[in-house]
Amino acid sequence: MAEVQFRFRDDEAVGDPGVTVDSFGAQSNAAAVRLEPGDEARDLLPHLARLRLIEINFPSFGDGRGYTAARVLREAGYTGELRAVGDVLVDQIGFMRRCGFDAFAPEVPLDPVDAQAALDRFADVYQPAADGRVPIWAKRHPEVQGG
Amino acid sequence: MYKYDTYDQAMVDARVEEFRDQVRRRIDGHITEDQFKPLRLMNGLYLQLHAYMLRVAVPYGTLSGAQMHALGDIADKYDRGYGHFTTRQNIQYNWIKLDEAPDILADLAKVEMHAIQTSGNCIRNTSSDQYAGAAADEVTDPRPYAELIRQWSTFHPEFCYLPRKFKIAVIASETDRAAMRLHDIGVQIVRGENGELGAAFYVGGGMGRTPMIAPLIKQFVPLDQFITYAEACLRVYNRHGRRDNKYKARIKILVHELGKEEYTRQVEAEFAQLLSQNIEPPLAELERIKAQFADPAFATDLSDQLDRSDPDFALWVDNNCVTHKTPGYIAVTISLKPIGGIPGDASADQMRLMAALAAQYSFDELRVTHAQNIVLAHVRKDQLYALWQALDEAGLGTANLDLVGDIIACPGLDYCSLANARSIPVAQKIGQRLAAKEQEIGELKLKISGCINACGHHHAGHIGILGVDRKGTENYQLLLGGCEGADTSLGQITGPGFDEDGIVDAVEKATELYLSTREGGERFLDTYRRIGMAPFKEALYG
Repeated sequence: MAEVQFRFRDDEAVGDPGVTVDSFGAQSNAAAVRLEPGDEARDLLPHLARLRLIEINFPSFGDGRGYTAARVLREAGYTGELRAVGDVLVDQIGFMRRCGFDAFAPEVPLDPVDAQAALDRFADVYQPAADGRVPIWAKRHPEVQGG
Repeated sequence: MYKYDTYDQAMVDARVEEFRDQVRRRIDGHITEDQFKPLRLMNGLYLQLHAYMLRVAVPYGTLSGAQMHALGDIADKYDRGYGHFTTRQNIQYNWIKLDEAPDILADLAKVEMHAIQTSGNCIRNTSSDQYAGAAADEVTDPRPYAELIRQWSTFHPEFCYLPRKFKIAVIASETDRAAMRLHDIGVQIVRGENGELGAAFYVGGGMGRTPMIAPLIKQFVPLDQFITYAEACLRVYNRHGRRDNKYKARIKILVHELGKEEYTRQVEAEFAQLLSQNIEPPLAELERIKAQFADPAFATDLSDQLDRSDPDFALWVDNNCVTHKTPGYIAVTISLKPIGGIPGDASADQMRLMAALAAQYSFDELRVTHAQNIVLAHVRKDQLYALWQALDEAGLGTANLDLVGDIIACPGLDYCSLANARSIPVAQKIGQRLAAKEQEIGELKLKISGCINACGHHHAGHIGILGVDRKGTENYQLLLGGCEGADTSLGQITGPGFDEDGIVDAVEKATELYLSTREGGERFLDTYRRIGMAPFKEALYG
């Protein structure tokens, strides 16, 4: 299994690898689970309180289902580690951070300089997502409450 | 029209640097071609048969004179002195060098333009009505809603690796001039029961190998939930759209396989969830954008009369100009379809001339149409003759809007690595063959695609032509009866295909049958709908 190369959290990492969604259902004490692209993220919602790590696998970088899975989990209030694993490339990690991922274990390690440049690239964003960044429309209209 | 503020400008400037960095990493060998491909595609850069092609976004088809001028300069500086306007209301350059592409993006950014998401499996450039702001029948100008979508969809973190490309059109009149129901999402801005504006959502239309007309899935979405509803539509697609077969990956297949009711149910569930997430821009943002699309300062005391004493001018007015909502003004289409020319091509000099004419005669604004022509939307009738003379002198005065010579054609096998057959030579031959009769024939929308991907919209042509590869030789299928707009229909194949000369003959035979059979004021399409396919088959194969 690939090493965690970047982690944007202060808590202690979970040592155990995530179990599959199928075996997670049977193992009521597991704190880590691994989602494949075809798995339904919402199946995990009843168990979020005891989960400390959710790995989302990208077997191929072009399969973008994991972005939706990540946002759905964050929208439902999941606060544990959300780790992107598999075919994770430097030009994807900016989008992944925005969708709520806070750890990355790419199959092929990324160039750290390129990765930092990718994460710092855009000073502002057009739309809210799962990372709490304030969208441009809210900055344009500071007078609008809740905007 | 919309002007960038510092946020918009910073976004495209950062994108130029990002792409420069990506190209550097590719040339250095840090990333593979497989990894680079989706990155360059999301900047509109394709590798074609002979060179790279760069597709530049023209959001909802609207651009300023300065922007059009810059497009001409880019054609001279980086290409071979011309560009190709596309059915997505964009422009493509066909002879681009990879190492110069970042410099082109930098030149574009200087005039508030970009190539962001003009390709790739993401939300593409939003298209709209070319007469927006000028049409008498619109409930409002649709472009502010398209601009709202542009900003929302730009670098949307969840939707940049969709199952397939995603195209949205926005209109605001009953007459659909943007083929709205042949899009992944078609939005029609409508008035609700109390006169308030809202959005009707049509989802799951498209062309390609499985053409489908989008069903209406939501009659009225209030404007303060507009983006949220679009996000719900996209999320269901990103989660459940097919990824096992690229030919079944468009949203039309998902909507078809789930059924409209089940897809809608899932969207509504997602919508309910997303409403709690506060992702909707405030109405103040829509108002900010709308203010930039306010009517230009139309003169109010103009005569509505035209001097039609020059017969060539009168013919051009009758064919290429449409009524404007303001008396004394008229909306003009500049045909990029000279007889025997390449549909949608314009030279650098022509682009700069159109830019200058827009500044002089049409409040410094132009539109690209999905039929690959250019519109000057707000021309004073008392200046129309002078405008026409300037256009005619530059080879831009062809009087053939919506006639058989106004052909939509994809680049075909002359440029495109996906094509099975050439489109351009077929368009040129048909245009030449029928030029003498095109005024007599009247409205006849002819559309040619060089492969099943249907970039030339052949399914929606009154006459459609599809180029296929038949045992190593180019072969052309003929379709009849397609139509875009409020009465959208899909063309039907007549029978066995033809070779290149044969298809030109076949089109001529079909038009002859029409001329001898039409009743009253029937257009070709009306006659076809009345008499059906059988007489045409008899004429073609009997």
